[in-house]
Amino acid sequence: MSDLMNGDIKVSIRNLYKIFGLDPASALQHVYDGTSKADLLSEHGHVLGLRDINVDMRAGDITVVMGLSGSGKSTLIRHLNRLIEPTAGQIDVDGEDVLAYDEDKLRELRRQVMSMVFQKFALLPHRSVLENAGTTLKVRGVSKREYHKEADKWIKRVGLDGYGDHYPHQLSGGMQQRVGIARALTSNSPIMLMDEAFSALDPLIRTDMQDLLLELQQELHKTIVFISHDLDEALKLADHLVILKDGYVVQQGEPQHILLHPADPYIEDFVSDINRARVLRVRSIMTPLNGPIPDNAHGEVDYDDTLESMIARSGGDTSHSYVVMQDNQPVGILDMTSLVRALVPRAAPEEGVRKY
Amino acid sequence: MAYYDSFFDKIGLRDWCDAGKTADGPVSMADLLAKAGVKKEESGINIPFPSLDELHKACGSIGQSRDVTKGVEDGFLAIKGALRFVLDPITQPLSWLLEFALSTIEATPWWIMFPVLGLVVYLASKSWKLIAFVLGCLAFLAFIDHYDHAMQTLAVIYVCAFLCVLLGVPIGIAMSRSDRMQRIVIPILDMLQTLPPFVYLIPLIFLFSITEPKLYGIAIILYAIVPVIRLTDLGIRLVDEDVIEAAHSFGMTDRQKLFGVQIPLALPNIMAGINQTIMMSLAMVVIASLVSAPGLGVLVLRGIRNLELGVGLVSGFGIVLLAIILDRVTKAALNRVNAAQKT
Repeated sequence: MSDLMNGDIKVSIRNLYKIFGLDPASALQHVYDGTSKADLLSEHGHVLGLRDINVDMRAGDITVVMGLSGSGKSTLIRHLNRLIEPTAGQIDVDGEDVLAYDEDKLRELRRQVMSMVFQKFALLPHRSVLENAGTTLKVRGVSKREYHKEADKWIKRVGLDGYGDHYPHQLSGGMQQRVGIARALTSNSPIMLMDEAFSALDPLIRTDMQDLLLELQQELHKTIVFISHDLDEALKLADHLVILKDGYVVQQGEPQHILLHPADPYIEDFVSDINRARVLRVRSIMTPLNGPIPDNAHGEVDYDDTLESMIARSGGDTSHSYVVMQDNQPVGILDMTSLVRALVPRAAPEEGVRKY
Repeated sequence: MAYYDSFFDKIGLRDWCDAGKTADGPVSMADLLAKAGVKKEESGINIPFPSLDELHKACGSIGQSRDVTKGVEDGFLAIKGALRFVLDPITQPLSWLLEFALSTIEATPWWIMFPVLGLVVYLASKSWKLIAFVLGCLAFLAFIDHYDHAMQTLAVIYVCAFLCVLLGVPIGIAMSRSDRMQRIVIPILDMLQTLPPFVYLIPLIFLFSITEPKLYGIAIILYAIVPVIRLTDLGIRLVDEDVIEAAHSFGMTDRQKLFGVQIPLALPNIMAGINQTIMMSLAMVVIASLVSAPGLGVLVLRGIRNLELGVGLVSGFGIVLLAIILDRVTKAALNRVNAAQKT
């Protein structure tokens, strides 16, 4: 996926503010003057939803927005298709200012450019699976025959072959969300918004769905905005990770980088009980190659291997070192000692108790 | 001497009071009693409430309470012409509909009516058992020669319930979309629901000729329309927020959202409202017999008026049978909608 990292910026959020309350405009001035979220609520009676969000989302990337509940992540994703109107700021999609759109253009955006998958599936209970999946095309006025054909294709693609005539209540949660994904895919929109799409599913199903999403993504290269409160999920899916706290971005960047270089104690705390060996990749901790390949190397490893597989391969011997290969070219050296060092978080949670 | 004489003397309104005194006003019962020598004790303990009549005794310029009812009556009679001019043409189709339904049902022989009703029940419920039950009940009513009356009652209910739905559902939808509309309509609904059914009839009798079917049609509709409005409003407001949000996110227009999402999802509630509306029209159709509504209600009234116990009880039982039939059929339809929408 790394070759996609250089894609064009598809969605750009600039200086986005959202304040909930009776008079957001005047409250905004207080926020500009530096009033904190708690003070804004207690002194002015307004809730600060989002503060100065700046995020660029590249075409073909999965951008994961992560944060605890109340951090503003669901609010943020709803700004992209303007289910929620911002108080101040700018949102560009394909270089066009979405906030300047009138009702008709906005409807076109929602129909053609963005499709959404919801935490609680939000299927129409009185319509069959096939009809549900076709909803996104039906609202555009596509003929029944055509949207049935397209919906059928995507229902098969998400693994629900033969369920077209069933009704949502006859399906399990995981299958219902597959319908939700099929519905979003049927619209053939380049951008997919996924609001905690897998949070309501149980862990095994969730892993299945994550795999399904990654598989589809390899083929479709959509621009996906994924909201999650689960760091494991975020690290698994993200090309670009944005961590929100109390409505502002604490840190964003490549997930491996955030894991190895957490910007503040909040994130340190967050990442401390992650299985780092499984998440971290060789590329993140290797020493770039300058000069010839050292002759004491124990073999070649792939750029994208996990540390877990390296530990298995070396048999736990920290004296080994390996040549890191990317596309059959040596690009770096992996020292097992640095690998072991990378497994220890910079700050472990104190007696297992989270500070946040 | 009236009790409040001294009060008006003190505040200096005596002249104004006496100027309004008319000797030839209608004599009230209290005056007659006073003339007949029946004296009420007027002591400190027995302070009369300063009602209009009491104040009138002390001050002729103040009207009596019968002037209030008289005023209301005069007011109503004054606007009656205008009201009639507006309402008469608007409501005329109701008369036509009712006359048409009654004559159709009268002209249709029973051996056509039974299969037709069976088909209607089947379409609503898809249950053979219910068809057998309904036809059994109707056969029983026909057997005891109450068939014509029962059919007339049914015809009136069909027309009125149909119009209730036709008017009530759009009103309910409008209410669900605007809080302001809801604030305005709810007190009206409350009033319609709490007014005793007889009260509807009084102004209607003055407005329309008593032989016109729309007279009882309007009374039934006003009384029975409330639940369908309320439950349409409630049903649409209760539609899952998440689904509505999804509808927005796919770029649905308001129209697509209303007909594709809100009404279908509110249907169980709307159907419950229709069930209630039909039950209430049935209750009202009996009372409406006072103003010439045909049907079983006529027999019930005869039972009351002539103290014909048997006639009253048998026709009352016929009404119960109709109520059960209508309730079962609409509930069966409601259950089918519910079964299709389990979430």
